[in-house]
Amino acid sequence: MLPLVAMADYELNLSRGVMSVKQEIYDLHLLAFILVSGIGLIVFGLMIWSIIYHRKSRVDGEPHFHRDRKSEAIWTIIPIIILLSFVAPATRVLIFQESSPQEAEMTIKVTGYQWRWHYQYEEEAFGFFSSLAPEHDAARQKDSNIDVSSIENYLLEVDNPLVVPINTRIQFIYTSNDVIHAWWVPGLGVKHNAVPGFVNIGWTNISEPGIYRGQCAELCGRDHAFMPVVVKAVTQSEFNKWLTMKKHEQSETGFENK
Amino acid sequence: MSDAAIKHVDRDIEKHSTGMRRKLFTTNHKVIGALYLCFALMMFFVGGAMAMIIRAELFSPGVQYIEPNVFNSVTNLHALVMVFGVVSPAIVGFANWLLPMMIGAPNMALPKINALSFWILPIAFLFVFLEQLSPLAGGAGNLSIYPLTVLQGDKGSLYIFIAIYLLCLSYLASAINISLTILYARTKGMGLLDMPMFAWTWLITAFLLIAAIPVLLGFVTVLMADIFYGTSFFGEPSPGISAQFSNVFWFFGHPEVYILILPTFGIISQVIPTFTRRPLFGYVSMVFAAAAIAILSYLVWLHHMFMIGRPQGESLLVMYATMLIAVPIGLKVFNWLATMWHSEMTFEAPMLFAIAFLMLFTIGGCSGLLLGMVPVDFQYKHTYFVVAHFHYVLVSGAIFALMAGVYYWLPKWTGYMYDEKLARLHFWLSIISVNLLFFPQHFLGFAGMPRRVPDYSTQFSEWNALSSIGGFAFGITQLLLLWTVLKCVLGKGQRAAPQVWEGARGLEWTLPSPPSHDSFKSQSQ
Repeated sequence: MLPLVAMADYELNLSRGVMSVKQEIYDLHLLAFILVSGIGLIVFGLMIWSIIYHRKSRVDGEPHFHRDRKSEAIWTIIPIIILLSFVAPATRVLIFQESSPQEAEMTIKVTGYQWRWHYQYEEEAFGFFSSLAPEHDAARQKDSNIDVSSIENYLLEVDNPLVVPINTRIQFIYTSNDVIHAWWVPGLGVKHNAVPGFVNIGWTNISEPGIYRGQCAELCGRDHAFMPVVVKAVTQSEFNKWLTMKKHEQSETGFENK
Repeated sequence: MSDAAIKHVDRDIEKHSTGMRRKLFTTNHKVIGALYLCFALMMFFVGGAMAMIIRAELFSPGVQYIEPNVFNSVTNLHALVMVFGVVSPAIVGFANWLLPMMIGAPNMALPKINALSFWILPIAFLFVFLEQLSPLAGGAGNLSIYPLTVLQGDKGSLYIFIAIYLLCLSYLASAINISLTILYARTKGMGLLDMPMFAWTWLITAFLLIAAIPVLLGFVTVLMADIFYGTSFFGEPSPGISAQFSNVFWFFGHPEVYILILPTFGIISQVIPTFTRRPLFGYVSMVFAAAAIAILSYLVWLHHMFMIGRPQGESLLVMYATMLIAVPIGLKVFNWLATMWHSEMTFEAPMLFAIAFLMLFTIGGCSGLLLGMVPVDFQYKHTYFVVAHFHYVLVSGAIFALMAGVYYWLPKWTGYMYDEKLARLHFWLSIISVNLLFFPQHFLGFAGMPRRVPDYSTQFSEWNALSSIGGFAFGITQLLLLWTVLKCVLGKGQRAAPQVWEGARGLEWTLPSPPSHDSFKSQSQ
């Protein structure tokens, strides 16, 4: 039931990410995680000490106190100081995260549909739908009798991934055609709601080529679990090649994706 | 009707009816309290069965037992049952049973309203389950995410709306009743700052309820008009307003969280002093901390919806307010710890559950602190990390505190001492399985598993299997609670003295166990 082999590449933590903003988020997460673990350990330590030594069977004759303004002040002020050490970096990262670059080099409109994504390259007037890959869709049906562990990246594969060039300031415009969705790619540190009739903006600048996978993160109905996001980051020349090919393909089939 | 006339009718019902009838039509606070608690215990197993279905489906990747839309419905219902059918009735039940005895009142301030607000509950849940049987059932999520509900054309949601109306009515009436009882029915000489901590936390909770419930009523009405009469308060022609729906929902939803947790803080504040044989450390600051939590809870609803795209200044302010809540909660935790420090502790079942509450609630609080930081919250939101967080707060927090309360007052209520060995077994199995159940979910969230999914990528298999095993163990363990309670109710075990616990203080312990039907008969104002 628990194949130990699979544990080898197991992730226990947020992915480190490749974008600088993701790096910042990761560092903040780690800082906060260490701080709260420290707080937890102190509270647990005091509690366990008290459980061991302050039980009825070994009363130590210490005077008991039940009202002490000074100690109450201490454990009000110390948490405030600890909180400030959270708040300062969190404020900085938030401002950094939300500051859009002066000028987007590329704009992609992401539209949520029940239950797939539509990507529109605004400058190219070109777009397409991206849905769960067919073999995954077959395997996830109830009574399909397909062993899902035999499928690579189960539920995290699409028919048409979003292809983007690296080292480009990309602006995402999110909206939805029906209900609220959320476009989430953990590796890029990007997660935004796609709200019908409302435009949300996010941006990214990917430095390393690769495939980044994510999922819809807002309950959007029956097949919420089955609308993954796959972003393929490639070099500029590869991107241009892909774009020409894809555009040609679309004009061949006469399939107008809108 | 005058007071005297009401009393007359009450006495009539009491006198002329016997057995079950007398129990069911009573306006006596003890019987109504027992009814509330029985209802909560029953629904605990109903909601728990749903959790078992969820964990069975999530045991391994792939869709095995139920279709995704059924999974959504079950998740939705699990939440609704646990919040409105288990924790809420249980805290109201504790208030009914205990508050009049704690403050020396003969009954609740509004006995008839009290009976009414209980009997609305089963009817409301009848409608909740009718919705599931209806062919139009939706499964739009317990948050009734707009415009999902409308687009799914959930005509079946009419049942849910009726149920929510009834639930609102019931809890609003309870809140008014409880606050009036605490404010006006105290015995002579008991000032506000002489009240037991449980009464204080309930007084604050009652005001939270009175302010929050009308918001729920309001937006449910508007939503209903949108669905059934084609209005467009939240919808067309400017569907962008669906973001406004989230605003209104969470303006109710966040205080609701504290409505569930504050009375359980009160229970812990009763249990810890008893078993440490020390008065509660810093009583006055505990009261102020609870009030501060209540006030802050109205300023932070936006932290449930950072992703929806808010102005930066707004996000920052909400983040600061959210983190500020950690200060009064921290104060409470440290005051409980200080009560234990250099005390004479013994570890009976109620104290064990109270200590577990303190530890596991601290874990829930720490993950809450992480969630409060907007930039990282973007990554945690809608993942299993959130699921782990609120289950640590509500299961090993609220539910554990309720269990502490049940074991603490069970001998007082039934007149029989519970089986300490069984109770301790229940405690140890519960604390091990609850951690096995929810701790792995932190890692699932970090690794990127979204919540509310019936199926997941194979990389999440191991932790989910572990979590499911913990879930089944926790579920089965609760049968021990049922057995222990039943043994007391059926009168098996030792008779309990009035002063059940050596260190217990308070008016309820001056009464015999079980207390007579009309305790503190002559009320003195």
